Order: sequence, then structure tokens, then C-alpha cells
Amino acid sequence: MIREKLAHLVFALAASVATLTAHAESGWNQLNMTQGVTHISREIYHLHMRIFWICVAIGVVVFGVMIWSIVNYRKSKGAVPDVTVVHNTKVEIIWTIVPVIILVVMAVPAAKTLVEIEDTTKTELTVKVTGFQWGWQYDYLDDGVMYFSRLDHHSDAARELLSGIDPESVEHYLLNVDHPFVVPVDTKVRLLVTGADVIHSWWLPAFGVKKDAIPGFVNEAWFKIDKDKPGLYRGQCAELCGRDHGFMPIVVDARSKEDFAAWLKQKAAEQKQAAAPGAAPATAAPTAATEERAPWPKS
Amino acid sequence: MAEVLTHAEPHDEHDHKPHGWRRWVYSTNHKDIGTMYLVFACLMFFIGGGAAMLIRLELFKPGLQFFDPQFFNSLTTMHALIMIFGAIMPAWTGLANWMIPMQLGAPDMALPRLNNLSFWILPFAFTLLIGSFFVPGGAPAGGWTMYPPLILQTGAAFPMLIFAVHLMGASSILGAINVIVTIMNMRAPGISLLRMPLFVWTWLITAYLLIAVMPVLAGAVTMLLTDHFFGTTFFTAAGGGDPVMFQHIFWFFGHPEVYILILPAFGIVSEVIPTFSRKPLFGYETMVYATASIAFLSFIVWAHHMFTVGMPLAAQLFFMLSTMLIAVPTGVKVFNWTATMWKGSLSFEPPMLFALAFLFLFTIGGFSGLMLAIVPADYQYQDTYFVVAHFHYVLVPGTIFGIMAGVYYWLPKWTGRMYDLKLATWHFWLSTIFVNVLFFPQHFLGLAGMPRRIPDYAVQFTDWNMVSSLGGFGFGLSQLLFPYLIWKCVRGGVPIGNRAWEGAHGLEWELPSPPPFHSWTTPPSDAVIARGAAH
Amino acid sequence: MANAHATDSNAYYIPHGSPWPIRASVALFAMMLGGVGYLNDWAGGWIFLPGVVLLAYMFFGWFSTVIGENQHGTYNLQVDRSFRMGMMWFIFSEVMFFGAFFGALFYARVLAVPWLGGEGVKVFTNFILWPQFEAVWPTNGPAHVGGLANGVFTPMAPTPIPAINTAILLTSGLTVTIAHHALRSGHRGRLAVFLALTFLLGFTFVGLQAHEYGEAYRDLGLRLTTGIYGSTFFMLTGFHGLHVSIGAIMLTVIWLRVLRGHFTPNRHFAFEAVAWYWHFVDVVWLGLFIFVYWL
Ligand code: HEA
Ligand code: HEA
Ligand code: CUA
Ligand SMILES: [Cu+2]
Repeated sequence: MIREKLAHLVFALAASVATLTAHAESGWNQLNMTQGVTHISREIYHLHMRIFWICVAIGVVVFGVMIWSIVNYRKSKGAVPDVTVVHNTKVEIIWTIVPVIILVVMAVPAAKTLVEIEDTTKTELTVKVTGFQWGWQYDYLDDGVMYFSRLDHHSDAARELLSGIDPESVEHYLLNVDHPFVVPVDTKVRLLVTGADVIHSWWLPAFGVKKDAIPGFVNEAWFKIDKDKPGLYRGQCAELCGRDHGFMPIVVDARSKEDFAAWLKQKAAEQKQAAAPGAAPATAAPTAATEERAPWPKS
Repeated sequence: MAEVLTHAEPHDEHDHKPHGWRRWVYSTNHKDIGTMYLVFACLMFFIGGGAAMLIRLELFKPGLQFFDPQFFNSLTTMHALIMIFGAIMPAWTGLANWMIPMQLGAPDMALPRLNNLSFWILPFAFTLLIGSFFVPGGAPAGGWTMYPPLILQTGAAFPMLIFAVHLMGASSILGAINVIVTIMNMRAPGISLLRMPLFVWTWLITAYLLIAVMPVLAGAVTMLLTDHFFGTTFFTAAGGGDPVMFQHIFWFFGHPEVYILILPAFGIVSEVIPTFSRKPLFGYETMVYATASIAFLSFIVWAHHMFTVGMPLAAQLFFMLSTMLIAVPTGVKVFNWTATMWKGSLSFEPPMLFALAFLFLFTIGGFSGLMLAIVPADYQYQDTYFVVAHFHYVLVPGTIFGIMAGVYYWLPKWTGRMYDLKLATWHFWLSTIFVNVLFFPQHFLGLAGMPRRIPDYAVQFTDWNMVSSLGGFGFGLSQLLFPYLIWKCVRGGVPIGNRAWEGAHGLEWELPSPPPFHSWTTPPSDAVIARGAAH
Repeated sequence: MANAHATDSNAYYIPHGSPWPIRASVALFAMMLGGVGYLNDWAGGWIFLPGVVLLAYMFFGWFSTVIGENQHGTYNLQVDRSFRMGMMWFIFSEVMFFGAFFGALFYARVLAVPWLGGEGVKVFTNFILWPQFEAVWPTNGPAHVGGLANGVFTPMAPTPIPAINTAILLTSGLTVTIAHHALRSGHRGRLAVFLALTFLLGFTFVGLQAHEYGEAYRDLGLRLTTGIYGSTFFMLTGFHGLHVSIGAIMLTVIWLRVLRGHFTPNRHFAFEAVAWYWHFVDVVWLGLFIFVYWL
């Protein structure tokens, strides 16, 4: 899309000096929001670009007039003030109305997208996500699978104060976990997000999802990854949650429906064995409650 | 005019103002108190800025170089609290103390003893706050927003934080009461509300905001205190409370607060631009109404800081729309300032330079604010460096530049001497260049996915963080020029007359420089007002 | 310079320095240090007491100074107006302070508790975390925090004491108004009597409130720690009770001044200020009675 190319150009210009020294995988060209791999994340990206361009346009006009005045009405160039220009109802009305119209143009698509995002019906898989100090717990309510996900040990060693380990040498420094969150692509996955101790926030840029994990309350969020986009996606906790807030990343491992089903089956089996008697009902109990009162058609 | 002088001169010989330390500690004089406020603010700006420098130092490259993450969070938290409550708000009150009586033809502030109290609370408040660095558990590290449950994990610093906030609140409320009463009751005959300079207008509206929201903050932190020590459950679900309830109460204070920080800057810009455009402010009355509507709207947008907490759809839509609306009156102001320069006769002394930078850079900050208001997009921006970039654009080249413009505008009036214009121009250019190097890359970092409030980051964020840090050090060092400049001016500046700037209008310029101990011992004559007043 | 000497009563009086504000700051600081020491179980808690003493001394000294100046006719009408405006805006800030706690009450009743009960956008909150919890008010939350041993508690009934207290405060609002009219029309005797009545009613209110608290703690299991209901109940009524006490004390001071022959039919700012304050306390109570006790 030509506009995005332009966008990148503008950003790149802003970064031109830097870009000269940029090498392939460097951060210099990390300038804009990701388009992500879900319908919603793309919608959000386009919203973002639309507002951005509107603001650029307004900026060009407003700054243009300012610069024009600064250049042309200098005392040093013998400009004499026209003290009669102190009020003009007509233009003042115009520059009140026009912004209102612009705002409407921004608000309408934003509202549309928001309504889409808030529609949590017709989900096919429900996972309870619990943030704790400092990691994430994933609980596949309907399948009795539950596990924890923490910063992987390479990053964990390197991030110690004066560890002497060069972060560059650690792959996916601070963005890697021991047990990724496994989900199927092309499936509307519902997250039930909550917190165990303090508020955290589950953020995955590529899905356009950020939801606060609030102790004692459950928030809903959902995503549906493109069929052709399996792979690893990385995010981070996005609410200050104490000392290691910077060290509780999120990694999603998106697999094809078949692979996911297989994984889930095997994982469930493992956990059945591992689980001491009594543990299973514990996770089952809320599930039962959910099933009988659930207001959505279950798959 | 003359009569004022003849009244003032004999006065100075046998005035009864206390001398030595009493002059300051017992002071009931608006100028002395104003000076104390400004000095205090400058000191806090450097301390808060020092913390910022440490933040930028740790963030210069990935991997933890210097600080434990907990201490880093303390730096972030204290940086914000010190800058907002210690640097900017006292700076505004200091300017209000100095200028409002002079601009209204009043002898002093309306309630001089109260005035002294509202200043002298502050040093104690900040002793408590900054002292918390040295107690077990370290300074508060929950962010300046103090969200529970996290903030309840603070160590011995917790009650110090709460009581410090109580004291700051008390100080601001008393200060605001004094400003309102002064404006409503001390105007010289002939100065109707709509003849007041815009700095006075914006401060009046700011004072209303202060009185309305500071007590709410006090209430919020009181609930934190009782939740922590006395077993209440305002913010605990198990007891029927809700952590998010704190966020609503806090932001009901917090959003008006950010306009408290910017409105007086609007006022100063509205004084400086006409002066150096040699042309009256365009649309004076619209400016007043625009300011009022911004203040009104600021009460109904608070939840735009909480789009990710999981609010009902209707609430999210409402807060998105109300927030976007604020762009309209703010826009009106930007356009009026531009129209004031249109067909003017501009010259570019330091106050004007800072005002112009304000015009451009605040607008950029406003644009990013507007982007943040778009709920779906905010899901991606929220709690990233994009937000950090937004609010530093409105706070640093916005508010701080506004304060700089004000000080450079009125310093000659206060001291009776002109400062080093060349050096001040240097201060301007260095600040303006570095502030952009410092904060513009943070837009990229945020969009690329770097969360805020983290001491260490993934390697792809390295490059722009280095740029930002270098900009930070540059900006910080440039600020050292500022106190040096003032000191130099007070020592050996060139004496100047009543009217420091050719195009300056306003009652303050009708007084001698420096003004007599009691500004307008007799109200200005109609002739003086006609020459001085805004309209 | 006229107004510096304040001989000429039509110039705005500006004091030349005052030792009282800094004493106030120091007193506050001492009290807060004491508070911090106490809450952190440090040694320094006792500093609180000298703080209180200094604060009391400060109030006494500051107000004596002002009253003295006033009696000497140092203040012109403009100064009087400043004081009035100052007091009004101070009361407004107090209103906003109570607003925060009322806000908490409404948020809990209208949003938080229903959400925990599974209503609205937070269905799963109830399904998953608090399956047994039904949204009702009053409540001490899904975990039945505080209350008696078994977590139960009895909410405070609107009758008899709260209703009586309402009557008391409303009457006191009336008596203070009568006193005001008496002052205006120069009936000092009636003024003294009705003013006395007012603060006596005020202290009675506080007494009954204290009694009610005792009952709540002992028998009802209704305590500060009894979940959101206990929290809002005691913080709201507690801060209100504090304001009633302060108001009653101020009324007493005014009464003593009346006995000393202070105030004239058309110059009596202090009296009015306290009267306004009393009405404000009155109005807050009505809000409390309706939203905390009754509904
Ligand atoms: C001086 C302080 C100040 C000011 C003036 C503003 C102004 C604005 N702010 Fe900002 N804001 C902060 C200080 C400030 N902000 C702070 C400190 C935070 C972070 C707090 C924290 O979390 O720590 C924050 C965070 C913040 C958020 C939350 C982000 C998040 O955490 O997810 C949002 C979201 O809506 C927002 C929006 C706005 C908007 C819409 C404006 C508007 O007022 C801007 C209006 C101005 C313009 C739009 C430009 C000029 C207008 C025109 C040229 C007219 C034409 C333009 C159009 C029609 C588009 N701000
Ligand atoms: C008015 C408010 C204000 C002001 C003026 C500033 C000024 C600055 N701020 Fe701050 N900032 C906030 C308000 C403000 N900030 C807020 C509200 C937050 C959010 C906190 C939170 O998340 O809870 C924040 C957070 C914040 C962050 C994010 C921290 C994090 O998320 O972990 C960063 C990071 O770069 C930052 C940087 C800076 C810098 C470099 C300056 C510079 O402009 C400072 C320049 C001034 C000086 C440097 C002082 C003067 C010079 C010296 C002291 C001499 C020594 C200098 C050298 C040795 C170089 N600020
Ligand atoms: Cu978890 Cu931040
Ligand atoms: Cu805001």
C-alpha cells in the first residue's frame, strides 16, 4: 500500500542519519507499529496510520502558517504590525468546526473496530491466563491442561546486574520463555485474564491484544491468528508489577489446528499422570461452573 | 505612575519587613515568597532531572549496568513525583505570586500569612518524600500513579509517601485558594475580569482545578493508607473492593492535574507572543472560553488512562469521544496564537524563542495525545514509550519551556537588570535540539514495542535508546546554563527601565524594575490602566 | 506607607512577616514524622505529641493575632471579603475530599460488587473466582472479610440512633441560624443561648456516634475491617464525625468570644465562617444518612 511505503519513508527520513549506519537486523529501522498476524491487529495498524496521516496533514498546514509568519513578518525585515487583526468571528468558527469534522472522521472507524474487538462470542478455545510476580500461568479450562511460563534461563542469567554476559549473545534476550503458550491458528481463542498478586498486563503486539490482569477480577480478550501464520510471537508484561516487571515476557507458539490438537492431547495425558489425585477436580470445578452457565455456544 | 514611585521610595527606607533569615522564614510578601517558590522549584527540577539522568544512564544499553531493578523503579517513581509536585507546580505558584498582584494592580496576595504557609509546607513534604530513599525497602517504586496492590508492597517508605502527598496537597490547595481570592478580590478598580491578562485567567482556572482535584488525591492516598495499615478493603476484591477503583479516583485527579501543569503555560505563551509580535492577542475572549472549556472537559476524560483495564464498551466509547473533544478548544488556542503572529512584526528574543518552540512541540505532543485517545490504537500504545514520548513532549517542551519563557520574560522586571540575551539564546537552541533528540526516538521505541518502566530491554531497542540517552545528557547539561544565567543577571546585568520589552503591555510594566516591596501601594490610575491593561 | 502601618482602615492590611505559618509547618512535619514512626514500628512515634502541642499552640497564637488585629479595626471590608472567599473555597475543597469517599461508595455499590457477582462485562469474574458469591449490599465481599468469627456482620440500621442524630444535626442547623439572626438584630442574650445550644447538640451527636461505634464493634461485627461495607461506613462516618467535632469546638470558641462581647451586628466574619462550616457538616450528614444508613 503506497501510503504505508510513504509512512516508512517519513519515519526513515526522521532516522536518516542513523539509517546510514544501520545493518540488516539492527534496531534503526524499528520505527513503526507491527501489522501483526490477526485481522484485528491489522485494523488497529490501519487506524494508527490513518490518524498519523491526518495529524501530519494538520501539522503541515498549521506549522506551515506558523513558519510563513515567522519568515515573512519579521521586524528585522521591516514588517509593520497590523494591529487591526485581533478578532474574526468567521475564521474562528471555521477553525472550530473543521477540527470537529476531522475528529468525527477519526472516531467512526475507531468505534467500529472497538465494537469488533469487544465481541467475545463464538470463541472456540478458552484459556485462563494468570499473571503473577513474575511470570504467566496458562490454564486450558476445558482440557485440564495447566502450566507456568517464565523468562528462559539464558536471559535470566544475562540480565543479572553486571552479569558480564553480553545481551547481544543471548538469542531473543528478555523475549524468551521456558514454556511458550501454545495455541492453534485460525481459531478464535478467548483469554480469561486475571492476576494472582498485583496487576499485570498481557500484551502481544502481533495480535493487537493488551488486557490488564487484575487480582480478583477476570477480563476477557480474544485473538484469531491467520491460518497461514503459525510460528512464535513475542510480547511482554505491560503493567508495572514490581522489581521484575521487565522480565516476564510472553511467547506464543501458534501451531496448525492438527498439531495443536495433538500437543493438547499429549500434554493432558502427561498432566493426568503427574497430577496427584484431587488436583484434577480443582481445575475441573470452575470448568463445570463455566459449562452450565456459559452464555456462548460451545464448540 | 509617578505617584506610585513617590509612594514607594520613602517606603523602602523605613519599611517594616523583617530582616535576616526572618525575612524569608516569616515572609508575608508575595515577591519574597514567589522567589522562594521559584528557587525551590529549580532545585527540585535538578534533583528530579538528576534522577532522569540516572534513568537514561541505565537505559543507555541493554543489560543491567548500574542499578537493581527495584531501585530503577524508585528512580522512575521519584523522578515523576519530584518533577510534577516539586518542580512544575511550585514554579507556577511562584510565578503566580510574583506576577498576579503586579498584573492586577494589587499591593500583595490577598492572604499573605496563608501564602507563607503554603510555601513552607513544601520543603518538609519533600524532606519526607526524598528521605524515603534512605529507609529500609527504599523509595516508593510503584510508579507515580501509585496503583494498588503493587504500591502496598512498598516498605517503610509507604507512609512517608502518603503523608508527603497529603502535605503537597494541602500546600497546593492553600495556594490555589490564595490565588482565587486575590484575583476575585484584589483587582484594582477598573480591571474587570475580561481586562485581566491571560496569565491571570489561566491561573484562575488552574486554581479552580486544583481546589477540585487535590482533595480527591488526598482521599485516594488515604484509602491506600487504611488499606495498608488498618485493614480496609477499598482496593481488594476479596472484601468487595476493586483495585481499578483506585485508578478511577486517581485519574479523576490525574487528568485535570496534567492541565493544571499546562494551563499557566498557555497563559504565558499568550503574553509573550503578542509582546514580540507587537500586536494584541488574537481573539482574547475566545482564548478565555477555550481555556474554560478545556478545564471543564478535563473532568470527564479521566478513564482514557485506563483503556486496558477492561471497561464496558459504552464507557470506552464515551471516554474516547470526550478525550478527542479536547483537541477542539486546544486547537482554537493554537490557531489564535498563530493568528497573533500573522501580520505582526516579530522579533526573536529568548522568551519568544521558547514560546515558539512551545507552539510547535506542544502541538506535536498534542497530536500523539490524540492518537492515544483512539481506543483500539491505545491497546497497542498503552504503557509503552510512545506514551512516555507523548507526555514528555507536552511536559518538557510544553510546560518547562513555558516556564522558561515566563522567567526570561519577567526576569528583567524582577531584578531590574537585563540578562545575557546571547547566552539565553544558546540555552534555547541547545535545549530545543536536544529535547527532540531525547524524546522523538521514544515514539519509535514505543511503536516498536518497548514497554515503559523497565530497567532493561531487548537488544533491538538499543540504537534508539542510545540516541535518546545522548539527547538526555545533552539536554541536562544545557540546563546548567539556566541557573548560571540567572545568577549572572542578578549579579551584574545591565540595569533596565520599567518596560523591558518594546512591545510589552500590562500593569507589571508600569511599575519600576525592580518593583517596590509592596507592588501597587496605591491602585494604578485610569490612565495607567488604559495604557497597561489587556483591553 | 499607609497600609504597612495599617492605621488607615481603608487600605488593605498586609502583615509584615508572621512566625505562625512556619510553626504550623513544623508542627505538621513533626506529627507526620510521628505517624511514620508509629506505622513503621520505629522508635520516633512520640514526636507526634510535641507536634500536636505545637499545632494547638499555633492555632491559638495565629487566631489570637488575627482576632486582635480585627478588634483593633485593622481590617477593612476588603480584607473581610478575602476571609469570606477563602473560607468558602476551603469548604469547597472539603466537599471534594468527601466526594472521593462517596465516589468509592458508589463505585463499590454500582460496579465492583455487581461485577464480583457476575453481572455485566465481568461474567467470568464470578464463574471462575467467586462462584458462590451473590451480589448484595451491604457486603463484606466474596471472602467475607472481617466481621464476627464466622465472617458475618449486621449492617447499621438507620434507626434509632442515626435517625436521632439526623434530627439533632438538623435542629443544630436551625439553632445556629437563630443565633445568627439574634446577632444581626443585636439580641446578645438569645445569641449566646442558641449558640450554646448548637455546640451542645453537636457534642451530643458525637457522643451518640461514639456509642453507635461501640455497639458496631462489640455486637454487630461491623468494623473498619469488615470488607467494603465496613471500610466505606467507617471512613465516611468517621471523617464526618471528625468534622463535627472540629465544628463544635469552633462553635465553642465563637461562643466564648460572644461572651467577651466580640462581633457586631454587621461585622462578624468568624461567626459566619463557622456557621457555614456547620451547615456543610450538616449537608454531608444528610448524604451519609441517605446513602450509607438508609438505602
Ligand atoms: C501537560 C500535560 C499533558 C497534556 C496537555 C496532555 C494532553 C493530552 N493528552 Fe496526555 N498525558 C499526560 C500529560 C498531558 N497530556 C501524561 C503525564 C500522561 C501519562 C500519565 C502516566 O500514565 O504516567 C498522559 C497520557 C495520556 C493518555 C493515556 C495513554 C496511555 O497510558 O495509554 C491519553 C489517552 O487518551 C492522553 C491523551 C491526551 C490528549 C488527547 C491530550 C490533548 O489535550 C491534546 C490536545 C492538543 C492537540 C490535539 C494539538 C493542537 C490542536 C490542533 C492543532 C487542532 C487540530 C487538531 C486535530 C483536530 C487533531 N494522554
Ligand atoms: C514535569 C514533568 C517531567 C519532566 C520535566 C521530565 C523530564 C525528563 N524525563 Fe520524565 N517523566 C515524567 C515527568 C517528567 N519528566 C513522568 C510523569 C514520568 C512517568 C513516571 C512513571 O512511569 O511513573 C516520567 C518518566 C520518564 C521516563 C520513563 C522511565 C520509565 O518508564 O522507566 C524517562 C526515560 O527516559 C524520563 C526521562 C526524562 C528526562 C531525560 C527528562 C529531562 O527533561 C530532564 C532534564 C533535566 C535535568 C537533567 C536536570 C538538570 C541538570 C542536571 C541535574 C545536571 C546534571 C546533568 C548531567 C550530569 C547530564 N522520564
Ligand atoms: Cu507483570 Cu509487569
Ligand atoms: Cu489524561
